[in-house]
Amino acid sequence: MSINATLIGQMITFALLVWFTMKYIWPPLFDSLEERKKKIADGLAAAEKGQEQMHLAEKKAKGVLKEAKEQSSDIINLAQKRANELVEASKDTAKKEGDRLILVAKAQIEQEKQQAKESLRKEVASLALYAAEQILTAEIDKAKHQDILSKISNQLVG
Amino acid sequence: MATEAHAEGATGYIIHHLTSLSVGEGFWTLNLDTLFFSAVLGALFIWFFKMAADKATAGVPGLVQNFAEMLIEFVDTQVKDSFHGKNKLIAPLALTIFCWVFLWNFMDLFPVDILPLIGSMMGIEYLRVVPSTDLNATFAMSISVFCLIIFYSIKVKGPWGFAKELMFQPFGPWLLPFNLLLKLVEEIAKPISLALRLFGNLYAGELIFILIALLPWYLQPVLSFPWAIFHILIITLQAFIFMVLTIVYLSMAHEDH
Repeated sequence: MSINATLIGQMITFALLVWFTMKYIWPPLFDSLEERKKKIADGLAAAEKGQEQMHLAEKKAKGVLKEAKEQSSDIINLAQKRANELVEASKDTAKKEGDRLILVAKAQIEQEKQQAKESLRKEVASLALYAAEQILTAEIDKAKHQDILSKISNQLVG
Repeated sequence: MATEAHAEGATGYIIHHLTSLSVGEGFWTLNLDTLFFSAVLGALFIWFFKMAADKATAGVPGLVQNFAEMLIEFVDTQVKDSFHGKNKLIAPLALTIFCWVFLWNFMDLFPVDILPLIGSMMGIEYLRVVPSTDLNATFAMSISVFCLIIFYSIKVKGPWGFAKELMFQPFGPWLLPFNLLLKLVEEIAKPISLALRLFGNLYAGELIFILIALLPWYLQPVLSFPWAIFHILIITLQAFIFMVLTIVYLSMAHEDH
């Protein structure tokens, strides 16, 4: 229990330990700590930056989407308008065509009517002539009534 | 008890436990147990931290590196709290002191008889396993710290600046002898208080363990268990105090008034 040469030995050991720690232990461990700190800080900064960029991209995407929507609604409107126009135009042409057809038909009908009238008139005239002939042959002297008969026949034909 | 002592009874047992294994005469005595255990513990400290340092990466740390980094960061915080200059020595010094003193003190938690028993089987008569119960060990450390204090005082303030501080503070040049006396006492008190605080705490703790070991076997666990738990706190605290005071003393040495 007294101070002796052990003191010197202990001091030497202590000095060696401190020297070794200072030279080989503290720097690598401390550097790795610092480096990791830096890495983490960098990572956090990068994450923040990424988030910011994402926000920006989101905003941009929203804008693009909105524009596209507007464009598409424009296109739809235009198409609708065009379709309406087409319908109107086709309606118009159809009506015109109809009118034309009606006119044509009417003309044809008129023509046919005229033809029928003509043929009827001819038939009736020949019938009447025939009947009159029969009657006249039966009752009347042909020569006596020739005048009247030709008059009538003329009237019928004319 | 376990070992047969030269002196009989309880006193003999205690004295036997507190006697160092030594060779030599007078001042040139060497306490082999103190030297041996502190060297082994220092080697343990170096081995562990060297292992961590060799594998140190900035990536995901392993278990060893994690633990080493925890201690490094803890020490670094203490150093940065009280020391604001630039000095490459202080932080490693503080780490060495903390770990080494802690390991010294930790030897106190081994059952008091176990290592001396093993020693006696190997023919070693006396064995004191806790280096911090040896004044030589604690004084070796505190005197080393004291030398560093003086060295840095002179280096930072210059020989004349340091001398001026010793002579003219705190009462001014007219009370020079008082200043000198006061300052010398203040400086010399630093290593003495450092060494005696650690020694006293651990010596007392060891003594209480030895006293508990003298009690009947059925009483021993009841007392030694709580004392050991309490001692875990004490050994860490003493290592911490030694480290923090070293940092504070060295930062005082760096301060220029």
